[in-house]
Amino acid sequence: MLEKALKGSPKYYIWIGFLLLVILGGSGIYLMQLMQGLTITGMSRDVSWGFYIAQFTYLVGLAASGVMIVLPYYFHHYKKFKDLVIFGEFMAIGAVVMCLGFIVVDIGQPQRMLNVLLFPTPNSILFWDMVVLNGYLILNVVVGWTCLEADRQHLPHPKWSKTLAYVSIVWAFSIHTVTAFLYQGLPGRHYWLTAILAARFLASAFCSGPAILLLVIMLTQKVSTFKANVEGVATLAKIITYAMVVNVFFFLLEVFTAFYSGIPGHMHSIVYLFKGVDGHAELVPFMWTAATLGIGSLCLLIPPKLRDNLKILPWSLAILVIATWIDKGLGLLIGGFNPTPFETIAPYWPTGKELIVSLMIYAIGALVVTILFKVATEVKEETGASQKEAVPAEN
Amino acid sequence: MKLYNGGKIITGLVIFLGIFLAPLAYNAGKAAYIQPKLKMPENEKECVESKEFMRTKHMQLLDQWRDWALRDGQRMYVNSKGKVFEMSLQKTCMKCHTNKAEFCDKCHNDASVTPYCWDCHVQPEGLKK
Amino acid sequence: MNHTRRNFLKFAGLTAAGLCVASAGGALAVSGAGSAIRDDEKILKAKRWAMVIDAKRVRTKETIDTLAKACHAAHNVPDIPGKQNIKWLWAASFEEAFDQPNNYMDEGLEKSLFPLLCNHCTNAPCVRVCPTKATYKRADGIVAMDYHRCIGCRYCMAGCPFGARSFNFMEPRLHLDLAALNKEFPTRMRGVVEKCNFCVERLAHGKQPACVEASQGALVFGDLSDPASEVRKLLREHYTIRRKPSLGTEPGVYYII
Repeated sequence: MLEKALKGSPKYYIWIGFLLLVILGGSGIYLMQLMQGLTITGMSRDVSWGFYIAQFTYLVGLAASGVMIVLPYYFHHYKKFKDLVIFGEFMAIGAVVMCLGFIVVDIGQPQRMLNVLLFPTPNSILFWDMVVLNGYLILNVVVGWTCLEADRQHLPHPKWSKTLAYVSIVWAFSIHTVTAFLYQGLPGRHYWLTAILAARFLASAFCSGPAILLLVIMLTQKVSTFKANVEGVATLAKIITYAMVVNVFFFLLEVFTAFYSGIPGHMHSIVYLFKGVDGHAELVPFMWTAATLGIGSLCLLIPPKLRDNLKILPWSLAILVIATWIDKGLGLLIGGFNPTPFETIAPYWPTGKELIVSLMIYAIGALVVTILFKVATEVKEETGASQKEAVPAEN
Repeated sequence: MKLYNGGKIITGLVIFLGIFLAPLAYNAGKAAYIQPKLKMPENEKECVESKEFMRTKHMQLLDQWRDWALRDGQRMYVNSKGKVFEMSLQKTCMKCHTNKAEFCDKCHNDASVTPYCWDCHVQPEGLKK
Repeated sequence: MNHTRRNFLKFAGLTAAGLCVASAGGALAVSGAGSAIRDDEKILKAKRWAMVIDAKRVRTKETIDTLAKACHAAHNVPDIPGKQNIKWLWAASFEEAFDQPNNYMDEGLEKSLFPLLCNHCTNAPCVRVCPTKATYKRADGIVAMDYHRCIGCRYCMAGCPFGARSFNFMEPRLHLDLAALNKEFPTRMRGVVEKCNFCVERLAHGKQPACVEASQGALVFGDLSDPASEVRKLLREHYTIRRKPSLGTEPGVYYII
């Protein structure tokens, strides 16, 4: 079925060409990073994880989000999600590829990557993160591809694919829990040392991931003959709304514990992010933008009239994605390392080269998603599933 | 049996063979490979192990030394003749082989081998800026 | 046998796999070498190495810099300006070093600096999180680094509650005086994490750690599990504190303040 990705409209070729150019340009900068070291990034002795790992964390959420479609469809036979399942699985593949990409560009000696497999260390959560991410990738590739191929041949899905789909549902929860465990078991970082971090990660994943997926599906509807089931889209928007409510609620729980107890270790990171400490207030405008956009997205998503308005929905989803991205992509990492173990502030900002390499990884993900979605939409067109209605000829 | 696309296949094969055999053609008529002359240590005649062993297995030995000395914490090696050496590239090997460029590199360059030891370990003749 | 393409591919694949396994087995065997390994007679051994620092005697930038210079010279630690620096031992104020905030401190402590280094914790979080066991706990209590295995993921740096670890963001040799290197010790290369190693290479030959030697008795190094050791004697006789003890990492560096 991959041959379907080789032919397309001129716009398709231009898009693929653009992505390949970005990847090529980014590779040049990544080569510089390999030769000179991670000194080209903005990371420092005190903030030793930065933009790359933040993107990885955010994208694990995107990868886990497919479960919000797969779970209702497989566990509860919610037929309205039927045509969306494949897109959830394919988006998960693209997201996990990007996660692995961001990890590779972040490690200092990438040629030694396989040491994690050669010297397995079960007490290290990073080992388990590698296991669950790669396992999830394999699950989605196998199940997604097999089911799409079966649909194309007008055959029922094989029984084992259903079993693996069930496994992938449980596995999706595990990938983001394990990623959260990376952070929440570290004794020295008080912003992360909270039991609710895993729950926050899942809540944030289940609103931001499906939001991104829905935006990409809306785009897909514009550039292909695919038309998503309107009720399915409405249900997904409901799920996103509930997840965002929980996400905001969990954050407010953290704020309460920090400020009612008054313990400096709990408060300091939040104060640094939202007010500034010792004259360092670099992140303050970003965090308040995130808070405003987050509440704003809820105002646009909670009322059914606004949520069901397909002209407003893309904007509500977009500001939700921006808000959650700032929270997880900037606030989590920089707030976690600040204040440092010495109670000082070490400001961090990604450098231009760091951003270009990140863009390269995002372009790789976009390329994977474009190719997979092209195959999926063409198969659906071939089988006549979920197609736009033909425009009636004028008399 | 008919060879479909025979023209393209034969052309491709000829080009492939041409590229594959190019190194042989380039070296045709030149003298045979001579083993490099290595600068041997002046004071010692016997290495940690025999010359034959070192020629074929010095990298394996260094890998074992590395893990014994660093990970296991035991740094003294008793060779097959009972002589004791400290397991250290810089403090033992390079004390006799005092010039990496005139000893190690001679064979390594010919064999196109670039071990990454020297990214960290300091060669005895020192580093240039 | 059925001469189909499928069967041919199956046969070829099995043969290739078999050849790989056979040659891998051959490569693993190393023969013809002596295999007895042992320690230097002069080696210093302990069940749990620890250090007691008399902070009253090393409380200025100059005295602590003497210790840091000795350590950094012995281990070819580069001197990098800026925030991507590397330090194995350095000076810090009371607020930076200890988790005992006091809004009205005695003037002595207020002006003092303290030497900070890796605490070689009994319950080290960095060891717990390393995915390759590149950082690991030795039987004598020292938290060691294997630079050959480190992949530079920096999880240990996130895990260390004391900020004791440094990463080689760039080639360290660019910031080393190449004429003044300690030729008996390697440098590191870009992409690995490093930290104080309690001078394991010196202990193996009966020498005290470099900072202890340079401290003129202000730093005492010894076996915590031996009640008769110098460190235990000092701990019995003086009030000492450790950094962030409530985190349960059981650091092995004590400060007499």
